[in-house]
This record gives sequence, C-alpha cells and structure tokens, in this order.
Amino acid sequence: MTAYAHDIAAGAAWTVRLNRHRALRLTCLDDGANVSVLMFAAADPLERLNVPDTLKAQMSACLRPPLVLMSDMGRALATLTGSSLDWHDAVTGHSTDAHLDARWGPSDYAADRNAWRRSARAGLLDELAKHGLGRRDLHATANLFTKVVPDGDERGTLAFVPGHASAGDWAELRAEQDLLVVLSSAPHPLDPNPAWAPARIRATVAAVPAPGPDDPARLFRAESGRALAATERSLA
Amino acid sequence: MTAPAITATTTLFDATVGAGAGWTGELPAGAHLRIVDLCGNQAVDTLFFDARDYANRYSAVDTIREQGAVYLTTGSVLLSTGLDPLATIVDDTCGRHDTLGGACAQESNAVRYGEHTRHQHACRTTFVREAMAWGRGLGKRDLTHNVNFFMNVPLTPDGGLTFADGVSAPGKHVELRAERDILVMVSNCPQLNNPCNGYDPTPVRLIGWTP
Ligand SMILES: [Zn+2]
Repeated sequence: MTAYAHDIAAGAAWTVRLNRHRALRLTCLDDGANVSVLMFAAADPLERLNVPDTLKAQMSACLRPPLVLMSDMGRALATLTGSSLDWHDAVTGHSTDAHLDARWGPSDYAADRNAWRRSARAGLLDELAKHGLGRRDLHATANLFTKVVPDGDERGTLAFVPGHASAGDWAELRAEQDLLVVLSSAPHPLDPNPAWAPARIRATVAAVPAPGPDDPARLFRAESGRALAATERSLA
Repeated sequence: MTAPAITATTTLFDATVGAGAGWTGELPAGAHLRIVDLCGNQAVDTLFFDARDYANRYSAVDTIREQGAVYLTTGSVLLSTGLDPLATIVDDTCGRHDTLGGACAQESNAVRYGEHTRHQHACRTTFVREAMAWGRGLGKRDLTHNVNFFMNVPLTPDGGLTFADGVSAPGKHVELRAERDILVMVSNCPQLNNPCNGYDPTPVRLIGWTP
C-alpha cells in the first residue's frame, strides 16, 4: 500500500526520510532523467553511502538489482530491489554550478523564476545544510537512470550512453535501516543534450516486507548477505 | 631499476613508511612528491586536501568524470570537490593507478571476507589515526574516496569490477606536483586478504621536494 506519492520537479533537490523497510520508488516522468542520490544513516549521519565499498564487495562497476548499497561501516543502508534498467551510474559524480555556467550561461531566480537552472551540487548542499550537514559530508552519488560505460582500454575511457532512460523507467530502493536520502533531479554533466532538459520524477513511498531468508539481495553474493546481516544484527 | 635523479632546491621530507603505517604532511604549491614502491605490488592509499580548506578535498568521481577515464596516470589532474586542481601526476613508471576501490576498513573486510577478519588492521583505521594525530579538526567525516597508487582494479564494459594482481614492481614510482598548498595523508595498506599487496605488505618511500 502506498503511503504517499510526491512529484519532484525537474532539476530540483529533495530530502526524504525513509524509514526501515519502506521502499522509495522513483519513476521518470520525462525522457533522459538523472537522479543523483546521497544517503546517510538517520541515526548517525557520520555513517554514509560508500560507493567503492558497495562496488568492490559486489564486484560491480555499476548499480543494478539486487545490489545492496553499503555504508562505510559495513552495513546495508538500502537495497536496489528492482529497476526497469540494468545500469545506474555511481562513478562519475554530479553537476556543479561551473558545469551549468559553462554550457548554458548564468541563470537566476530574478530572471527565470522557478525554472532557474540549479546544479545537482547546489541543490544537494542546500538540502544537506537543512540537516546540519555540508561539504564534508559529500560522497560519491548514486546516479540513477544514468549509464556511463568504461571502455576496456588501458585508460578506462568512459562513454556516456544517451537515451538510456525514458519516461516510465523506474528504480526502487528498500531502506534496510532508517535513512536520510538527499537527491537532485538535475541532469548529469556528461549528458550531451544541448538543451537544459531535466526530467520530472515521481517518488512513491510504501511499506514493504523485511527481506526474508531467500531475498534475492541476500542470496546475490555472500558479501551482500553479510552487509544485510550486519544491519539486522546492529538493530536486533 | 634506477629512478631519475631528483634535482631539489630543498628536500622537504624523505620518509620510509612501513607496512600498515601512515604518514601525513603538507606540500606547498609547486612542490613534488614521489612515492616509491620499494618492494613491488604495494597499494598506497592516499587522500589529498586543500591545505587552506580541508572541506575542499580530493574527489575521485569528479576527477574521473573530468578526465573522462577511470584510471590515473601521467597527466591525470587530481581534482577537489570544488573542481580545483590539487595535484597533477607528472611521472609514472607503473602505468596506472586506481581511485575507485576505496580504502580497506575493518567493517568492509568483515563484509568482503567474513567476520573473522574484523579485527585485522586496515587502512581506514590508519586514516582515522592520522586525522586525529594531525588535529586541526580533521576526523572520520573528512575521510573520502581515496587514490590507491600501485593498485589495479579493472572495470569492464559489461559492468564487472575485480581486484587484480598489481601492475607494479620493485622500484616503480609515481610523482605528483602540488597545484596549490595541499595536505597529503597516506595509509600504506595492510590488506592481507586480496592480491593488492601481493599478500605481503611492504614499506614505501615518500620523497618531497621543491624543484
Ligand atoms: Zn588498505
């Protein structure tokens, strides 16, 4: 049963408190979406998403179901339980004001009202500040709906995949402990689209069952199961 | 293997960092830092901070995106969260270095290798110690995704990621030039559970100088 739904405006930032065993489903309402996500343990924001730990433990260069998103303290924060896409970026960060200024020139509220162009970084820092957090709390974002593929060459050259996400694509995160999720729907800085075209995102939050013994994430890899167990043990 | 001679006006430091030990120090703008893998296959986990503003610290993902490639080597500019150049790799006899594998931690060891490894020494313990010892307000909150010099973590186009045998060898080095006044924090990795240190962590040498 859906507890609530909220439409995130195009190119906006938002914070959601996502309690344990609630699912946050993000659905693209427009093509070409990107949602850059920071994640903290609500009980202690010093514990936060750690993308290197998440990827190396699960031997993956991207986020895809049923990966467990792990904190720097070896605990499961959330599980990517499902998605219409098999690749979500986590290794190329998010946009800053410098990117926007260089590509589209200045934009401010006085001239553009609420259609003003705000970078992911600016929006994320605005939201972090509301919780007493700031630049020291930044970490590698999960960039949902974005695909940037490493070439197999010596340098690991990266290529952004245009058209990866379309309206209707979705991803669902199940909180494994109480979370503070801070996100921005600003476009990814590697997106070559010459137009400023952020996508609107529908967020729905619903209660879901706790992961059982045969949960796909628990069985995915021993490491995924151990991270889930570490959270369960700490909340026992 | 003979490394090129260092022409120094002033030697700032010449330190040997033992296996599992740490080192923290400042490097003024224009100064060079050479890290020598004395015995080969030794991961050197390294963090960089703007010396005047610690929150403007090294950012692995911003560095990767702006250079359009995953691995670090000669020419790579290490960027801060504010997209300011902190240091440039100016020489590299190893070939490439990782910045996506992060630092080992007691907690991540328990996830990766099992609960029996939780009390083994790990890089993030060294980093926390170094931050506390350096003081000036630094702490766990300032520990971010680091560079792993001499470490090899190949990514594949189908989305795979592995910890592979090191591409380094005894005497190989990497050299950086500070692009502004920076603070450098090193953990000489004590990891025993994967090939990143050849299963035998060894000392490294850090030489800092102004040309
Ligand atoms: Zn280590």
